[in-house]
Amino acid sequence: MRRSRWPPVVTAAVLVFLWLPIAVLAANSFNRSRFGSSWEGLSLRWYRALLADADTWRALRNSLVVGVGATLTSLALGTSAAVALHRHRSRLQRLHYALVYSPLVVPDLLMGMSLLVLFVALGADLGLGTVYLAHTTFCVSYVAMVVLARLQDFDPSILEAARDLGAGRWTVVRRVLLPLLAPGLAAAGLLAFTLSIDDFVITFFVAGPGATTLPVRVYSMIKHSRNLPAINALSVLMLAATFTAVRASRRLLQEDRP
Amino acid sequence: MATDGFLIFENVTKRFGAHAAVDGVSVGVQKGEVFSLLGPSGCGKTTLLRIAAGLETPDEGRVWLDGEDITDLPPERRRVNTVFQNYALFPHLTVAENIAFGPRAAGWPRARIREEVDRMLALVQLTDQAGKKPRMLSGGQKQRVAIARALINQPRVLLLDEPLAALDLKLRQRMLVELDLIHDEVGITFVYVTHDQGEAMGLSDRIAVMNRGRIEQIGRPAEIYEAPRTGFVAAFIGDTNFLEGRVEEHLGDNYCRLGVEGFPDIECFNDTGRPPGEPVCLSVRPEKIRISRERPEPAPHVNVVPARVADAIYLGTHTRFWVRVGRHRVAVWQPHARFLLDERPIRWGDEVWISWHGDDGFMLERFSGADAALVATPPERIGAANGGVAP
Repeated sequence: MRRSRWPPVVTAAVLVFLWLPIAVLAANSFNRSRFGSSWEGLSLRWYRALLADADTWRALRNSLVVGVGATLTSLALGTSAAVALHRHRSRLQRLHYALVYSPLVVPDLLMGMSLLVLFVALGADLGLGTVYLAHTTFCVSYVAMVVLARLQDFDPSILEAARDLGAGRWTVVRRVLLPLLAPGLAAAGLLAFTLSIDDFVITFFVAGPGATTLPVRVYSMIKHSRNLPAINALSVLMLAATFTAVRASRRLLQEDRP
Repeated sequence: MATDGFLIFENVTKRFGAHAAVDGVSVGVQKGEVFSLLGPSGCGKTTLLRIAAGLETPDEGRVWLDGEDITDLPPERRRVNTVFQNYALFPHLTVAENIAFGPRAAGWPRARIREEVDRMLALVQLTDQAGKKPRMLSGGQKQRVAIARALINQPRVLLLDEPLAALDLKLRQRMLVELDLIHDEVGITFVYVTHDQGEAMGLSDRIAVMNRGRIEQIGRPAEIYEAPRTGFVAAFIGDTNFLEGRVEEHLGDNYCRLGVEGFPDIECFNDTGRPPGEPVCLSVRPEKIRISRERPEPAPHVNVVPARVADAIYLGTHTRFWVRVGRHRVAVWQPHARFLLDERPIRWGDEVWISWHGDDGFMLERFSGADAALVATPPERIGAANGGVAP
């Protein structure tokens, strides 16, 4: 049977469609020209401009603080939610599952607005604190789903075996449950961190003055900056960081499968 | 305590919802013996084992170990260890670390742990695999790690939950011998759960046959096989013929005459004193029945019945015949005692005589249809296609 030429062609077309904009952006970040329409030679000019920009550094610091904080908090909350969902089965748990799961499908716009309304109603000062709370809110769902998948993967009789061999509850957690969950926890943490660093819409709603994170900074640079192509450079750096994190999380998830 | 023994279940009941997985079981396991819980899946044998391990709490009844009531002790404080069906090895630990898990949790000194782990590795012949992770081991090796990991704690009782079920036939037979050797070596009481009568027969000192959460019969393997007390036991352990009939009259000497439709009068040992008129199910094992062309010489208590061969399959060690007597189909296994090739073999359609001694028949209560579904039914159609003895 003759093989059709179409599948490789379609595949190539889709990949180009996906990656061309990113490739153009990456190329332009090295373009000496201020305007993307003409190529004036290779340069690190925009990277230098970016690194010299104090506002960008502050935004990066904010992003990292929020990212690390939201990651740690959502790891703790999400993991306990996953353990509860895994261990106990009841009708109430189905509701619990739906409530943990649905933030993944609620539009960001709605999340951002509802969080803003809530914070305003509570009279909270908008700032890094509210951004941190907002990020934790959606990260918890992702963490719970990743950890739950990992839990469902392993054999519950392993925990019974540990108790049967004389380990108390705490020893079981420390010597069996946590080591087995570790790759899942690391992957969930990296995912949460990536989501937090990336988030624009929700952050835009709940960030007050002075709480600019990196994505929000990019947005304001587009509107106001004279060094417009520096955004390209920033985007490429963020892309690289995100890729590294996602790759690391996938590696961790695949490792140690029996 | 009504029952005596080293590990005692006293009136133990465990319900899951409305279903009683274990229903009022009382049994005592003696010190040092291999005691098997044998039954079809869902009979409650694993639940009973998990109750002994402390992984389930009984709804009623007590569990005693060496005179101490352990019913409410958590699993980590019981001196029993379990070999799980799927091994349940810790995937993140090496073989040696898996085996050392119990001693470490118990806080043994390091040097003693190392020494004992080495001894256990030697016992299960895994010394050269000590540094490997479980996923790199074969099924039989995993099995041996699981056994070593349990035995190192020097449990009073070792609980084995279908330990060979996941292995292929050849490996199963070898592990069975190894388990027997290990038991001889360590002398610990084994409680062995299985649905495989061959494993239970080969390994056990005593067997408890379970069905629907209850124990049907407890006894040595030979007792269970030769003198089944219920229809379920007779059918579950080995193969048997069931013939429905009724007691006609007592003949003295503990024998009685049975009437079975399509058969001449049948004599059967009747030590339980079933009264005339009572409907019974006669169980005769296929290897207890003789088959011959010539009518056998009459002898006291021997039943002789004319039959016609319906199916026959040659199996090397013996030939399996299915013969028709009236509307009944009777299985007869004939060993090849003499040099067969000289003789004219019995073939499909031949008129033959079958005979068995009255002592080899057992009168049991009528067998319920629901239980019949749990036991392997004899292959009705096997051998029908070639319909004769292979040359």
